[in-house]
Amino acid sequence: MRIPPKITQALAVILLGAATLITVITLVLIIAFVLKRGVPEISWEFLSTKPREMGKAGGILPTLLGTVLLPLLAILIALPMGVGTAVYLTEYTRENRVTRIIRFGTDCLAGIPSIIFGLFGYIFFVTILGMGWSMISGGLTLAIMILPTIIRTSEEAIRSVPQAYREVSCSLAATSWETVYKVVLPNALPGIMTGVVLGIGRSIGETAAVIFTAGSSLMMPSSLNDSVRTMSVHFYLLAREGISDEKAYATAAVLVFAVLLVNLAAYWMMNRFIAKRSR
Amino acid sequence: MQNSPNIPVQPNCPDRRRTQNAVVIWCRDKLARYIFLAVAFSATASLLLIALFILKEGVPFIIKVGLKSFLLSSEWNPAAEKFGIYPMIIASLWVTLGAMLIGAPLGVAGAIFLTQFVPRSIMRIIKPMIELLAGIPSVVYGFMGVMVLAPFIRNYLGGPGLSLLAGSIILGVMVLPTVISISTDAINAVPKTYLEGALALGATRWQSVHMVILKAARSGIIASIILAMGRAVGETMAVIMVAGNAVRIPHSALDPVRTLTANIALEMGYATGLHRQALFATGVVLFVVVMILNSLAIAAMKRKTGN
Repeated sequence: MRIPPKITQALAVILLGAATLITVITLVLIIAFVLKRGVPEISWEFLSTKPREMGKAGGILPTLLGTVLLPLLAILIALPMGVGTAVYLTEYTRENRVTRIIRFGTDCLAGIPSIIFGLFGYIFFVTILGMGWSMISGGLTLAIMILPTIIRTSEEAIRSVPQAYREVSCSLAATSWETVYKVVLPNALPGIMTGVVLGIGRSIGETAAVIFTAGSSLMMPSSLNDSVRTMSVHFYLLAREGISDEKAYATAAVLVFAVLLVNLAAYWMMNRFIAKRSR
Repeated sequence: MQNSPNIPVQPNCPDRRRTQNAVVIWCRDKLARYIFLAVAFSATASLLLIALFILKEGVPFIIKVGLKSFLLSSEWNPAAEKFGIYPMIIASLWVTLGAMLIGAPLGVAGAIFLTQFVPRSIMRIIKPMIELLAGIPSVVYGFMGVMVLAPFIRNYLGGPGLSLLAGSIILGVMVLPTVISISTDAINAVPKTYLEGALALGATRWQSVHMVILKAARSGIIASIILAMGRAVGETMAVIMVAGNAVRIPHSALDPVRTLTANIALEMGYATGLHRQALFATGVVLFVVVMILNSLAIAAMKRKTGN
């Protein structure tokens, strides 16, 4: 028997709507649950003191510092490489075999699981280059991990700079380099910053790649050669080793806050950038 | 110039400072071009470096032990130098399949609903919300699995709670943003005239969607699912926390399992010598699987843009 189209239509809408609702509710519930259990545990003391007894008591100050420093270091390394790649792809060449290789490499790198980055960072930076478990090992590993994000967003930002700007610049006898750094890059900057913020967001949440390269020391880091523990790693160790559920919830809440804040900032910047471009 | 004050400056000779500057400018331009070219290979070079070092550590071990016994033996006992990862391969396979059974239908349905049956204003709120949620650290998902999902499974379905099922559900939820985001883009890329044509022929909205739009967006949707599979296979921390980590071939969805990724992360901290090489060899298997999935997804995306 053939079902009337109107009924299949209604059925489809109900089923699809239900699926969407399940998705949205699940994701919102996860955040709500973490914040509900974690926020009451957060206090100024929690944020501003060192942990005691491996995190069973006290605060998370060193891990906060690690969570700020490590992503910043990663961005400092990845930004010039990522923006440089994007500039080369958009300003210096046409689509050819070289760009296809670069794009394939970038796309593949984006899909590599973080544990592989961890293994690589451990064998290459920590062991072979002798950097040990340190901020610099962790920063370099994270930099490679977020490189594809930076390349993609920078490329999109640079492509959205109107062609007329470049033509005017060339007509004023500027070289390609002058056009790039005086005209294209300043105009693409807000878009590039979106990539930066997304990269920071991803580094903050990363655990597997960090734990094997930056280590998990709870000391305050004083140089690039010191091991640090980020909030994600701290949270993982608290939760997995059952050190303290309360502290784990509190750390999770701070972590979720940080990531949401960073991603919101990226979203806001992207929207402003798009609005400015389409005006 | 100061050394030869006797030479008169010709009135119509080109300004010396300008010419020097032009050379500098030209050199700078050339230099910038080559620096950009060199930098442009950073991602590709990193990928090669990663492949090189993972293979260099892992492949000698595989040759020594034998590919067949490494992949197909079920005994993993580093102390006795028994290294068989068959249970981990089966576990990764099932966990990934389970995650896809949950994540793919929900994600694709969500993408269809958000693009086709919801006003644009609501879509503009929900899609970024889902993308924001993609940023939630995997350890947080894992923690939710431990605190909420595992006790639920233990109490209502039996078994230890930390299980294949728990891992699949958590991973299924984790890949939702990936599937929704990429599928939505694929569906939005279908020309509007396709939908209008179908509607003009008297099709209902749903008929036009599943007969026309989904056909046109098929490659992109498939790519989103393959990418999500890559994520699920490679996810580590969440799986360690919820899947139970027992090295054995699962007989039901309620059995605890240890995936390839979990095997690496759990033992990397203290492994030395042959044991460490075995973990890198596990990494080689993972790397190969993920690269195959990546290439498939990239090929599917290409077909989309090719049309």
